[in-house]
Amino acid sequence: MAYSDKVLDHYENPRNVGSLDKSDANVGTGMVGAPACGDVMKLQIKVNDAGIIEDAKFKTYGCGSAIASSSLVTEWLKGKTLDQAAEIKNSAIAEELALPPVKIHCSVLAEDAIKAAVADLKSKQPAAKEAA
Amino acid sequence: MSVHTPIYLDYSATTPTDPRVAEKMIPYLTEHFGNPASRSHPFGWTAEKAVENAREEVAKLVNADPREIVWTSGATESNNLAIKGAANFYSGKGKHIITIQTEHKAVIDTVRELERVGFEATYLAPEPNGLIDLEKFKAAIRPDTVLASVMLVNNEIGVIQDIEAIGNICREHGVIFHVDAAQATGKVAIDLEKLPVDLMSFSAHKTYGPKGIGALYVRRKPRIRIEAQMHGGGHERGMRSGTLATHQIVGMGEAFRIAREEMDLENARIRRLRDRLLAGLQDIDEVYVNGDLKHRVPHNLNISFNFVEGESLIMAVKDIAVSSGSACTSASLEPSYVLRALGRSDELAHSSIRFSIGRFTTEEDVDYTIALMKSKIGKLRELSPLWEMHLEGVDLSKVEWAAH
Repeated sequence: MAYSDKVLDHYENPRNVGSLDKSDANVGTGMVGAPACGDVMKLQIKVNDAGIIEDAKFKTYGCGSAIASSSLVTEWLKGKTLDQAAEIKNSAIAEELALPPVKIHCSVLAEDAIKAAVADLKSKQPAAKEAA
Repeated sequence: MSVHTPIYLDYSATTPTDPRVAEKMIPYLTEHFGNPASRSHPFGWTAEKAVENAREEVAKLVNADPREIVWTSGATESNNLAIKGAANFYSGKGKHIITIQTEHKAVIDTVRELERVGFEATYLAPEPNGLIDLEKFKAAIRPDTVLASVMLVNNEIGVIQDIEAIGNICREHGVIFHVDAAQATGKVAIDLEKLPVDLMSFSAHKTYGPKGIGALYVRRKPRIRIEAQMHGGGHERGMRSGTLATHQIVGMGEAFRIAREEMDLENARIRRLRDRLLAGLQDIDEVYVNGDLKHRVPHNLNISFNFVEGESLIMAVKDIAVSSGSACTSASLEPSYVLRALGRSDELAHSSIRFSIGRFTTEEDVDYTIALMKSKIGKLRELSPLWEMHLEGVDLSKVEWAAH
């Protein structure tokens, strides 16, 4: 399997690896995938009082494309509002990383992870919905 | 001494042709090019003599009669010829075949093909250590069982089946017994004068010979008959037609001669390397050896690194040439069927690597591999949410995953 340079770059130097405090009211956590399927993504976002994502962290169990997809979205998420974040599409991730067809599911998983993290945050902060 | 990367640790996939073997082959491509079936001139005689010498060398390694050795193109063809050939010849006795879930695809798919044309088959599950429970094997035999096929050494996990005991059960029940020994030659001693085996498949390229040549042992006493699968000039006593590839055959003979003479020394050396590799890797937390360690060739070490996904692991260790039990690199996303048959969880099956050590592996290669694995496993676990959950004490088997 030949990986694109961008996948290799994110795989070799993953951005924003780590964890945020999931009990923090300003932190939303999304965990998607299953070990049996070969990928699990955990994505966390932290918003400031203005409703802007100021930090994003990930941990991913999966192939190089799954790691690269989640690393990439943590870069994209910073500075966005929750609604802007929820608009990130898997096709944009797949295009940016030049994922081959068999790896498209990695970008789908990354999109799902964003949606799950945003939903988790909104459930913690009913007010955030209006602010965003 | 420095190491040259990538380090080859995939000897179970194939081996380099030993330079001594390659050297011996070359004159049979150019100078002694005759057709061994040409009876009317010295070109043919020379080639025939070389072919018969090689046949003797192959027979000697497994203590068989040279007349029991049939040349084929490799172990896949040998398996096809043995299984289809015997099942069809003896189909009047019954149409049931027994094999094992962890066999090579060349056996499993051949049996499946026979199912398609009216045979029935039992695919026995091995025990979690990869070995067959003899009682379960016995219980699978039916009055109409005509053939059983069990491999001597497994290609993925290296376990050695008790062929003698299984063969004795087959003898008691009048079942023809085929053994795929592609991964066994030069690694375990094989004595076909004593072993109750009727048909045995061999390959040259797993034992430092060239690719594209193999052999099938067909017992003479008591005589086993097989239906030819390749028809033509009636070569190999009618069992396998086609002009013999003299240079390949010479290579296989030389490779098996070297195996016979050097096996004991080589296995002792490889066992030391394997033990060193195992000890080094066992320093890492949450590693699991797949398959029995005692009933196993020293050349193979198949290990699952829990909480690390196989494909990313292979990507991380590109300085070593190994194979992954995870077939994620194909579109199938299926973990190894062999590891699944052992009852390994999908996660552990996905996280496995097969290291196979061979003739040209050095201690430096092993030390480099250990250091590389330690650093890369550490890095990937830093990235793994499963590892984090494990450290937090979460039981991953109790988590409800959103399967996709």
